[in-house]
Amino acid sequence: MLGKTAGGLFWMFRYLERAENIARLVEAGWRIALTRAGDAENEWESVVTTAGMRTAYCTKYDDFDAPHVINYLLRDPDNGSSVMSAMNAARSNARLVRTALSSEVWEAVNECWMAVKAALARPVTERNLPEVLSIIRTRSAVVRGALHGTMLRNEIYNFCRMGTFLERSDNTARILDVKYYVLLPSASFVGSSMDNAQWENILRSVSAERSFSWLHGGETTPQGIAQFLILDRRVPRSMAFCCSKTREQLSHLEGEYGARQASQDLADRMCRRFDQPISAIFDEGLHEFLDASIRDTAALASQIEQDFRFYG
Amino acid sequence: MDKQRRFFDEMFDSAGQARQPYSRYHDWFQTEDIRHLRRKSEEAEAFFRRIGITFNVYGQQEADERLIPFDVVPRIISAREWTRLEEGIAQRVRAINAFLHDIYHRQEILRAGRVPVELIARNEAFLPQMIGVNPPGGVYTHIVGTDLVRTGENEFYVLEDNARTPSGVSYMLENRETMLQMFPELFTRLKVRPVSSYPQNLRRSLSDCAPPAFNGDKPEVAVLTPGIHNSAYFEHAFLADQMGAELVESHDLRIEGGRVCMRTTRGYKAIDVLYRRIDDDYLDPLNFNPNSLLGVPGIMDVYRAGGITLANAPGTGIADDKALYSYMPDIVEFYTGEKAILQNVPTWRCAEPDSLKYVIDNLADLVVKEVHGSGGYGMLVGPAASKRELARFEKKLRARPANYIAQPTLALSTVPIMTKRGLAPRHVDLRPFVLVSPNKVQITPGGLTRVALKEGSLVVNSSQGGGTKDTWVLGD
Repeated sequence: MLGKTAGGLFWMFRYLERAENIARLVEAGWRIALTRAGDAENEWESVVTTAGMRTAYCTKYDDFDAPHVINYLLRDPDNGSSVMSAMNAARSNARLVRTALSSEVWEAVNECWMAVKAALARPVTERNLPEVLSIIRTRSAVVRGALHGTMLRNEIYNFCRMGTFLERSDNTARILDVKYYVLLPSASFVGSSMDNAQWENILRSVSAERSFSWLHGGETTPQGIAQFLILDRRVPRSMAFCCSKTREQLSHLEGEYGARQASQDLADRMCRRFDQPISAIFDEGLHEFLDASIRDTAALASQIEQDFRFYG
Repeated sequence: MDKQRRFFDEMFDSAGQARQPYSRYHDWFQTEDIRHLRRKSEEAEAFFRRIGITFNVYGQQEADERLIPFDVVPRIISAREWTRLEEGIAQRVRAINAFLHDIYHRQEILRAGRVPVELIARNEAFLPQMIGVNPPGGVYTHIVGTDLVRTGENEFYVLEDNARTPSGVSYMLENRETMLQMFPELFTRLKVRPVSSYPQNLRRSLSDCAPPAFNGDKPEVAVLTPGIHNSAYFEHAFLADQMGAELVESHDLRIEGGRVCMRTTRGYKAIDVLYRRIDDDYLDPLNFNPNSLLGVPGIMDVYRAGGITLANAPGTGIADDKALYSYMPDIVEFYTGEKAILQNVPTWRCAEPDSLKYVIDNLADLVVKEVHGSGGYGMLVGPAASKRELARFEKKLRARPANYIAQPTLALSTVPIMTKRGLAPRHVDLRPFVLVSPNKVQITPGGLTRVALKEGSLVVNSSQGGGTKDTWVLGD
């Protein structure tokens, strides 16, 4: 396979994952703004921060009104990580690697892009927001389904999956890092409504509020949330899960190519960091741990890029 | 436009009866509900968008991806008509390859005085870099798209030979897929010859021209595209996909050990046959246009040394050059010893003073084309032009006469299209696709029918608002 193709597949799935994650953040913000009357603007501000767009956003707006935030995150062409920008980039990468995709995957991506583009053609209001979010969610799910159902489990698949897991791991780490202070034992007084809202927001941002309460029987603690999203390998958006999946893809590639790559050493080292109990992470410093993880993920991505000659 | 002029309609005769090739289609059509067919047209458009069969339009940033309109009424050619076209095209394509070999070697045809020397010597399409080069398998034009027009029952003319990098074959294949999905019942009623083996034939035909340096068991074939912004990118990706070949851009390539290699996830790998969809001029910045970012520096040297096959060979443009077009009947006769089966359109070479005078005197009745132009750009359709346009064009013509040829406005045949008010005749042309391998000329039964969607228009180019139709060649 061409190095360029591998890179295109990797980025196509990174961007698809990014689009979904941004939509999920908007959904969490909207939900909380609806249910916690009075504090809406704070919530939207927190969504912008979590998305990592605060600086760019503030050069454009000096408030955090819902319509501004929603449209900035979903469809602003000036925002390179808006859902629409990410979808454009995903589809453009898909065109580039079209020969490597099954026709089902290509059509799913193309239709996803057409549907999202149509849905985001005009400003999104709070009234049609649920519908728009649902289009993004279901269309992305179709792409994922087509990938799982129709693609050979070969190198092509491995690069697609690595793109997804690296982006997701980065996303989960960033969400936690923005809110790490509400998870610290010192900041958590049980029963504080502010913290409960923040905790709920974290879980909703990764669409994990139901699975969390299912596993934890309704008992929400900051350590529980951190453990769940960082270390729990049953959780498809946890950092440990994403890391082990990335490592798995790399070892498939080792099998197919018959050569071990430097990126595998990096991945092994990253995954070992998730073998410690959550208390050890809190002792080390949650923020320090997350910060290091974000940097590790970026280093791994660039090593993969080199090992497989994405750019020559 | 002369209102009295009668055009040959391929579906209906002058009494309004369906002609023989269309009779079964017409029987079916009469039982169909027009509204149902119109709905099918809309379905077709959605289908094309979904699978992304689009082309990019140069210079239009917003509407960057457009669909070529597709018409649901097929263009039907009988087995007998096709046999004759096939023979004529094969003859012409053989002659073109013989001509190219000659013109880059001994130049017998110039010595014999059948083609003027200055037409070659001063022609930009003639590449001195190709002199004495022997392309692998002796093939120059692996892929040809011969443009034909029809003016009567048995009157077909070759309009252009397209021996460089003809495009449109993906539309031939996708149009058929669309028709098969929309009207399966028609294909059980009529014996339509399939076109679907084109990609496999293309791969085989390219593989048969592997270069001397090839030493594996299966030649590595790749398609070279200028990239996703090229107007025909869809087709490049489509063909690579269908052939199971890699789709490469120049920055994926590098020359190593006398071979052109592509960067794979496991290192560099040699390519044996490169189906390149970029023009000669951009192919190699060291040997041609030094500003090209699309090409591979030094690829011509590898080619000359037998390290790679380029399809089509560089320098084939001299054969489909519009200045040479009028000599094609002589060229066919010179190399095959036979009269040309397919006719040429009468052509005035504006470089010749008598012809220039005639062309200027009759500008309003003629079609004038740039010698090196393509895609309908820079062309004048006399009968459709305003007085001002005519005057402006006359100035251009006088300034650079050798840059132009002129032809009569042909009474292009019509085939009906589906409009809001039912069937209505529109002008069409036809581009069959030809594959040439060392001992075979293969023509896919069918081709791309382009149709001028505007009533009365004679310009069928997609860049000028033309559409396409599926082309059916009937079995015996």
